[in-house]
Amino acid sequence: MSSVVNSERIPNNVNLSGDKKLQRALEAWQPKFIDWWKEMGPEGFMEDQIFLRTAISVDHEGWANFDYVKMPDYRWGIFLADAVPDRKINFGDFIGKPAWQEVPGEFRNTLRRLIVTQGDTEPASVEQQRLLGLTCPSLYDLRNLFQVNVEEGRHLWAMVYLLNSYFGRDGREEAEGLLERRSGNSDKPRILGAFNEPCSHWLSFFMFTYFTDRDGKYQLLALSESGFDPLARTTKFMLTEEAHHMFVGETGVLRIIQRTCQLMKEDKNGDARAQGGIDLATMQKYINFWYTVSLDLFGGEISSNAASFFGSSLKGRAKEESYPDHLALEGTYGMEVPVMGANGTPATFKHEDVPLRNAMNEILRDEYVEDAQRGVDKWNRAIAEAGFSVQLTLPNRRFHRASGIYAGLHFDPAGKPLTKEEWESQKGAWLPVDADEVYVKSLMTAPIYEPGKMAHWIAPPPRGIKGRPLDFEYVKRSE
Amino acid sequence: MEPSTHAAPQAPVRFETQPSSYHHWKLSFDGATARLAMDVSEEHPLRPGYALKLNSYDLGVDIELADIVQRLRFEHPEVKTVVVTGGQPKVFCAGANIYMLGSSTHSFKVNFCKFTNETRLYLEQACSESGQHYLAALNGVASGGGYELALACEEILLSDDGNSAVSFPETPLLAVLPGTGGLTRLVDKRKVRRDLADVFCTLAEGVRGKRAQDWGLVDQSIPKSRFDQTVIARAAALAATSPDKAGPGVKLPPLEVRRHDEGERAGADYRYVSVAINRGTRLAEITMLAPDEDPPSTAAALRQKGAEAWALRAFRELDDVLLDLRFNHPEIGLVLLRTRGDAALVLAHDAALASQQDDWFAREVLLNMRRVLKRLDLTARTLFAMVDAGSCFVGSLFELTIAADRSYMFDGSEGEGDAAFVALSALNFGPLPMSNGLTRLQTRFLGDPSHVAKVQKLEGFLDAPAAMKAGLVTFTPDAMDWEDEVRLAVEERVSLSPDALTGMEANLRFAGPETTETKIFARLSAWQNWIFQRPNAVGERGALTMYGRPERPEFDWRRT
Ligand SMILES: [Fe+2]
Ligand SMILES: [Fe+2]
Repeated sequence: MSSVVNSERIPNNVNLSGDKKLQRALEAWQPKFIDWWKEMGPEGFMEDQIFLRTAISVDHEGWANFDYVKMPDYRWGIFLADAVPDRKINFGDFIGKPAWQEVPGEFRNTLRRLIVTQGDTEPASVEQQRLLGLTCPSLYDLRNLFQVNVEEGRHLWAMVYLLNSYFGRDGREEAEGLLERRSGNSDKPRILGAFNEPCSHWLSFFMFTYFTDRDGKYQLLALSESGFDPLARTTKFMLTEEAHHMFVGETGVLRIIQRTCQLMKEDKNGDARAQGGIDLATMQKYINFWYTVSLDLFGGEISSNAASFFGSSLKGRAKEESYPDHLALEGTYGMEVPVMGANGTPATFKHEDVPLRNAMNEILRDEYVEDAQRGVDKWNRAIAEAGFSVQLTLPNRRFHRASGIYAGLHFDPAGKPLTKEEWESQKGAWLPVDADEVYVKSLMTAPIYEPGKMAHWIAPPPRGIKGRPLDFEYVKRSE
Repeated sequence: MEPSTHAAPQAPVRFETQPSSYHHWKLSFDGATARLAMDVSEEHPLRPGYALKLNSYDLGVDIELADIVQRLRFEHPEVKTVVVTGGQPKVFCAGANIYMLGSSTHSFKVNFCKFTNETRLYLEQACSESGQHYLAALNGVASGGGYELALACEEILLSDDGNSAVSFPETPLLAVLPGTGGLTRLVDKRKVRRDLADVFCTLAEGVRGKRAQDWGLVDQSIPKSRFDQTVIARAAALAATSPDKAGPGVKLPPLEVRRHDEGERAGADYRYVSVAINRGTRLAEITMLAPDEDPPSTAAALRQKGAEAWALRAFRELDDVLLDLRFNHPEIGLVLLRTRGDAALVLAHDAALASQQDDWFAREVLLNMRRVLKRLDLTARTLFAMVDAGSCFVGSLFELTIAADRSYMFDGSEGEGDAAFVALSALNFGPLPMSNGLTRLQTRFLGDPSHVAKVQKLEGFLDAPAAMKAGLVTFTPDAMDWEDEVRLAVEERVSLSPDALTGMEANLRFAGPETTETKIFARLSAWQNWIFQRPNAVGERGALTMYGRPERPEFDWRRT
C-alpha cells in the first residue's frame, strides 16, 4: 500500500516532499495551471459548490471521496497505481528485462512525444467542453460534466508529473506548452484532430465522452503496458477515472434515445423532432462523425512508428497478457488496402500481409471497434424495447477518415467506394450539417438549474450519484 | 543486396519535361510573384515499387523541379520572387522517399543525390545571379530533404501552428546524413551555432515555432492566422529588390533528339551534340558542333533567336547527354570529348555573348553554359579531350579541354595532315567559373596565378607546340604516334578501378578554395556515400534497411 500525503498542496503518492526539485517544479507549474483553468475551464461556475469525487489515494476507499468543492479548489493530485515489485518488461525487444524506472536515453524523445501527445488531449477536452455548463439539461448532468472536466485536469497533472520528473528542461517546457495550446485555435491548435473539433452542445458531449474518451481508454491501456514503469503506473490509475467518462457518454446517449422513443410514440407521425426531441436519424449522424474522428486518433493502419513503439517496449497492446506472442516478430495482419483507380476513386482492394508490429495501431483499433459496438447494442435494445425497429450502427471504418490508408478517399457508411462527386452530394445525409447543429442547439438554449428537473429532450437517469436522490442539489449555484 | 551492374535493364530515365506533364508541382503566377506548391502525387513514382507519401520525392519529382527552376529563368523574366510552399495539409515535404532509397542501387543513390544537389544550387543561384528570389513558406512539416529544399531558398518562413516543424531525422532514424547539402548550409549558410545544430540533427521530431527562429533554423516563425499575409508581404518586399527585365520570356521547346540503341552500341544525335556509346569498350564519345552561322548582332536579336541560339541549344543538349550518361549508362567509364566545325564562328558567338552580358537573356545563356560546364566537372567519369584536326576547342568550347582530366592534341606542325588548333576568348577569363569560384584556367594554374594573365595575352589560334608551351594541353602526339597514344591511353584508363578513379578524379579536379558548393559535393561524396555503403545503414540489420520494418536496427559500435 502506498502512503498518501494529503496535507500538502499537491496530494500524491509519489513521495513528492522527498523530491524537493520536483516539488518546486510542480509548485511553479501549479499557479499556471490554475490560471489556465480559470481562463479555459468551465465558463461561469468557478464560485459554485460542486458535489465531486476527488481522488485522495489509489486504494478503494481513497480514490472515490465525494464532497462539495469549488472547482478551482479541487485537489488535483498525482497518483500512480501501486508498483509491481520486480516488474519485468512484458513485450517487445526488451522483454524479460527489468522495467525501466528511469527513461532510457535512447527513447527519451520518443517517450516524451508519446506523453505529450497523450497529455495534450486532457486539457483539450476541457477547452472543448467549457461552454456546455451554460446549456446543461440538469444539475445531475452539470455535475457529471464538471466531474469529467476536473478529472481531465488531473490527467493533465499526471502527464505533467512525468514530464517534470523524467525529462529535464525539455519536459518543463513541454509542460508549459500543454497550457499554451488551445483547442480549435488555428494558431496554436491541440495536437490531434478530434481535439480541435468543436463540442458545442450536449449531444456532441455525450458522443465525445462515449467515442473519443474511449480512444483515451485504449491509448491508456496500451501505455499501461509500457516498459517505462512510471508511465505504466500513471496510466493504469488514469483508467479508473476514464471509465466514468465513458459511463457519462453511454448513459447520456441512452437517455436521449429513451426520451426520443417516448416522443416518437406521442407524435401521431412518430416524428420526435415535431415533439422537440432529437430524432434517431440525427443521432446516427453524430455517431458517424464522432466515431470516425475518434478512429483517426489511433494513427495509420500500417505504421513504422507503431512498430518502433512496440519493438522498443514503449507501447504495448491493450491487455498484452491476453496475446500469445509478445515479441510479435513472426505474424502478419491481413489488410485490404485500397488501390487507386483512374479518377482518384479506389478501384479495388489488394490484400496485404502487414508485419504484426507495423499493424499495432490497427490491432488497437480493432479492440476499440468491438468495445464501441457494445454500447451501440445497448442503445439498440432500448429502441427495440420501446417498440421501434430502427437500428443505430457504427459506420464502416473506411468512412470519413482523415488519416491512414483511407484518407483522401471517399466511402459510404457501408464502406463502398464513392467518387468525389458522389461523396460531396451525399455526405450531408451521413454527417451533421449546419441545419442539424442549429436544430440541436435550438433545444438547448437555456440551462436547467432546478434540482431533479430534466430538459425536454432527455430522460432522467435511473438513479442519482453515490446514493443521493435525483433531486439532490449536485451543484450549488453561487448566485 | 544491390543488384550488379548487369541486372535487367530498366527503362531509361529521361530528364526533359514540360509544365503540361508535371505530376508533382503546381505553379501559378501573380505579377512578379510565382507560387510553387509541392503536391507530390503518390501514384506517380518514377519507378514502380513505392508510393510517394507525405510529399516525399524521388528523381521524377526533382526532374520537374529542375525544369521549373530552369523555365522560370528563361520563360518568366517578370518573376522576381518564387514562393515555395506545401500543397498538402500538414506536411511541406518529408524529404527523399525512404523506400525509393532503400530499393535503389548505390550508383543510383549517389547520382540522385548529386542531381538534387545541383538543382538546389541552381535554385540558390537563381536568387544570387538572376534576381529570382526563392522564399520558402513552410506551412507544414519540413523534414530531411524537405528542410534542405527550404535551406536552399533565400529566406524561410515557418508557420507557428503547433504542427509545422523543421527537422533532420536522418541520423536518429535512418543512420545516414541529410544528402542535399543540409548540414553544410545549416552551419555555413545560415550560420547556426554548431552545438545547436548538433542538437537539432539528433532530434527526430525537429524544432517548431519560436525556438526554430531563435536557433536561426528559419528566418521567421509566424502565427498561422497571419502566415499567408506575411508570406505575400515578404514576397513583394523581395521582389522590389530586383530590377525589371526587358521583353518577353524565351520559351524552351523540347530538344529534338534521335536515339539509337542496339546491342553494345547506343547513342543519340541532337542538333549540335551527338553521343556514341560502346558498352563493350565502356567508352562514350561526345561530339559538339560549332555554330554554322554568324551570331545575332544585338541582345534583342539574340532574344529573338531564343532557344535556337547556338550557345543555349548546344549546351542544353550537352546537359541532357551528361544526365543520360550518369543515370542510364553507369558502366561507361571513359568519355572522349570531341568538337567539330568552324572555330571562328565559335569565337564570334563568344564575343557577341560577352558584349551582350548586360541583357538578361544573354546573361541567362551564359549562366546556363556555366551550369552545364559545372555539371561536366561533377560527372564521375574520366574525361579525355581529343583536340584533333578539324576540332574547334576554342573559347567556350576550350573549357571542355580543361574540364577534362587530360587532353590529347594532334601535333600537325610537321606538315603531315591538317593541324589542330586551340584559342581562347573572353569566356575563358571570368563568366564560366567552376564551383570553387575560380575559372578553369585559374584552377589549372593555381601554382602560378600570373600565368593566367600571360595566357590571356596569347592572340589567335595556337598550334600544338604553342598550346603545349602555354600549358593548355597535356599531350601532343604527332601523326606517327597519335593513334597508338590514344588507343593505349584509353585501354589503360578503362582497366583501372572505377571507384578509385571516381575518388581520384574528384580530388584532382577541384583544387583551390572551398566554397559552399565544393563543400556540399565533397562531403556528399566523402561522407554520405561512405555512410550509404556501411552496414550500419544498409547492412542486413542497418537502420535504412530496417526502416518501416518491425524489427529495430542493430549497429556495429566501433568508430572508425
Ligand atoms: Fe483523460
Ligand atoms: Fe477522459
